[in-house]
Amino acid sequence: MELAEAIILSVLAASTPLLIAATGELVTERSGVLNLGVEGMMIVGAACGFGGAWLTGSIIIGALCGMVAGTLLSLIFAGMTLGLAVNQVASGLALTILGIGLSGLIGAGFVGERITPAPHLHLPFLTDIPLVGRILFGEDAFVYLSLALVVGIWLFLYRTRAGLILRAVGDNHISAHALGYPVLRIRTLAVMFGGACAGLAGAYLPLAYTPFFIPGMTAGRGWIALALVVFSSWRPGRLVAGAYLFGAVTILQLHAQGAGIGIPSQFMSALPYLATVIVLVLISRARTGGSTAPAALGTVFVPDR
Amino acid sequence: MRKILVAATAVILAAGASMFGASAADKLKVGFIYLGPVGDFGWTYQHELARQAVVKEFGDKVETTYLENVSEGPDAERSIEQLVRAGNKLIFTTSFGYMEPTLKVAKKYPNVHFEHATGFKRDKNMSIYNGRFYEGRYIQGVIAGKMSKSGVLGYIASFPIPEVIMGINATILGAQTVNPNIKVKIIWANTWFDPGKEADAAKALLDQGADVIMQHTDSPAAMQIASERGKLAFGQDSEMIKFGPKTQLTSIMDNWAPYYIDRVKAELDGKWTSEDTWGGLKSKLVVMAPYTNMPDDVKKLAMDTETAITEGKLFPFKCPVIDQDGKEVECKGGDHLADGQVLGMNFYVKGIDDKIPGK
Repeated sequence: MELAEAIILSVLAASTPLLIAATGELVTERSGVLNLGVEGMMIVGAACGFGGAWLTGSIIIGALCGMVAGTLLSLIFAGMTLGLAVNQVASGLALTILGIGLSGLIGAGFVGERITPAPHLHLPFLTDIPLVGRILFGEDAFVYLSLALVVGIWLFLYRTRAGLILRAVGDNHISAHALGYPVLRIRTLAVMFGGACAGLAGAYLPLAYTPFFIPGMTAGRGWIALALVVFSSWRPGRLVAGAYLFGAVTILQLHAQGAGIGIPSQFMSALPYLATVIVLVLISRARTGGSTAPAALGTVFVPDR
Repeated sequence: MRKILVAATAVILAAGASMFGASAADKLKVGFIYLGPVGDFGWTYQHELARQAVVKEFGDKVETTYLENVSEGPDAERSIEQLVRAGNKLIFTTSFGYMEPTLKVAKKYPNVHFEHATGFKRDKNMSIYNGRFYEGRYIQGVIAGKMSKSGVLGYIASFPIPEVIMGINATILGAQTVNPNIKVKIIWANTWFDPGKEADAAKALLDQGADVIMQHTDSPAAMQIASERGKLAFGQDSEMIKFGPKTQLTSIMDNWAPYYIDRVKAELDGKWTSEDTWGGLKSKLVVMAPYTNMPDDVKKLAMDTETAITEGKLFPFKCPVIDQDGKEVECKGGDHLADGQVLGMNFYVKGIDDKIPGK
C-alpha cells in the first residue's frame, strides 16, 4: 500500500505542470487561437520563476514572476497573430524557439544555484489520515491549485456569459464580430491567460519539482500539453483525465522497469505517447457528428472597419 | 541527440563566429563545438571549463571560439565548417554524434586539425579522445556496496550503449567486492537530459527500496531527490555537492583541461599528430570529487581502490569476468579485458538481475 501511495503522489506531481499548461492552452484555443509556443512560454516561465524565487526567497513571488514572463511572451504572439494577422502556426513555432533561447539568456546568471522547494502541505489531522491523507492533503499547493483552476475554467466556459462569448468567438468570429463583440480583444485576453498558465506551469518545475534551473529543463512538456488539449477534445473534464493518465503511464513505466518487468524500456518510454494516440482514435470513433474543435481555430481574423 | 538542441541558437552563434573571424591572424585559433548550453552543469559545462583553462594557460597566443547548443546532424557539419572558415586551426567537437560530420569536414580541410570526443573513427587530421569513466564507476560501486543498508542500489541509465553498460557492470563488480549479494535496480530514462524524468526515476527507485542512487544522465535532479529523502547518491560529470551537501558520496568529474592544454601546445609547437587517447584516473582525465558523507573506513577503502587503479594494480574488468548467464567472457587483454572488449560491451555481468533493453 505504501508503494501505491508513493506512486500516486509521484503521478500527481508529474501531471500538474501538464495540467496547468494545457488548461491555459485550452482557453486560448477555445477563443480560436492556436498558440504552439507553449514550450517556449513554459521554459521562460521556468527561468523567471526560479530567478524570482532565488532573488526574493519567496515561492509565491517566483510563481508570479513565471506567470508575468509567460504573459509577456504571449503578448508578442498576440501582437503578431492578432495585431498583424501573421500565420499562427509559424508564429507559435517561432515563439518556442525564441523562448528556449531567451530562457538560456535569463537563466545564465543562476544556473547551478538552488532554492528551497515549495513545501508540502501539512494540515493537522487531515494529512495524517491513513492511505488518503497524504494524497488529498499532503502535496504541494500547486497540485490542488491546478485542480481548482480546471474547475474554475469549466464554470467560466459553461456557466458564465463571458465564457459563452469566448466560445462563440472561437467558433465563428465573423458572427461574433457582427454581434458587436470585440473579437481581437477577447482573443488577446485568452492568449494572455494561456501565457500566464504556461509560465506558471514552467515555474512549477524549478519551484516545486526539481528546485534548480537548467536550460531546457521543460524537456518537451509544452508539446505534451498541446497534445492533451486535442486529446481532451477541448473539454476541461477530459483534460484532467488525460493529464493524469499521461502522468500515470509515465510513472508506472519507471516503476515497472525498477521492478524488473521484462519489457524493453524503449517501448515503455513510448507508452505514454502510444496511449495518447489510442485514446485519440477511440474518442474520434465514438464521436457522432462534426468535429469538436473550435470551428475558427487557427484562422486569422481581420475586422472589416 | 544528447541533450536539448537548439538549432536556431547555433545558427545565430555561427553567424556571429564568422563575423569575428577576420581579426588577429598571428594567434592560434581554436574552436569548440558544444552539444548543450555551457551552463548545463554537466557534460558541456566540463568542456567549457577546459576551454577556459586553455585560455588561461596560453593567454594571448590563442583565440578560442565556441558554438553551443549545436545539434547532432546536418547542423553540426555546418557549424564545424563555419569554424574552419573563421580561421580556426584546431577544432574540438565534443559529442559522440559529431563523429560523421567531423570526419566529413576533416576530409574536406586536410590542413585543419580536428579532435573528436568519445567516437571511434579517426583520420590523418582527426584525433579521438575519451575518458575511462568506468574506473570511477568501479570506485563508486565499492562505496555504494559499503554504504547501502538495504543492499539495493538504484541506477538511472540513459541509453543501452556500451558506454553506459560498461558503467553499470563496473559499478556492480566494484560493489560485489564488498557485498557479494548486492542488488541493482536499473531504470532506463531513454534520455540524457530531462530533469523531471530523472527525478521521477529516482523517486521510483527509492520507493522500491534502493537507498543509494547513481546515474548516467546529466542533471542533478536525482541527487536532489535523494537529498530530500535523506538517502545517498553520486554526482555525474561535475561536482554536484551543492545539490546534496549531505547526500553526495563522490562524483566522477570529466577533466578535459590537461588534454586540451596538451593538444593546443602540440599545435602551437607544430607537433600535432592524429592520436587515439583513452585516459582514465592515471592521466587525470577522470577525477573523483572528494569522498564525503561516509565513515573513515569506507573513505580509506575508496582511496585505496583509486590508488590501485591509478597505479595499474587493479583493473575493474579483471579476468575472469562472468556474464549474466554464468559464462566466462573470453579474456583478450592478458589478465583483464582488452580495451576493444570494454568499448563494445553489450552484456551484463553476473549479479545483475535484469535484461539489457532490446537485447
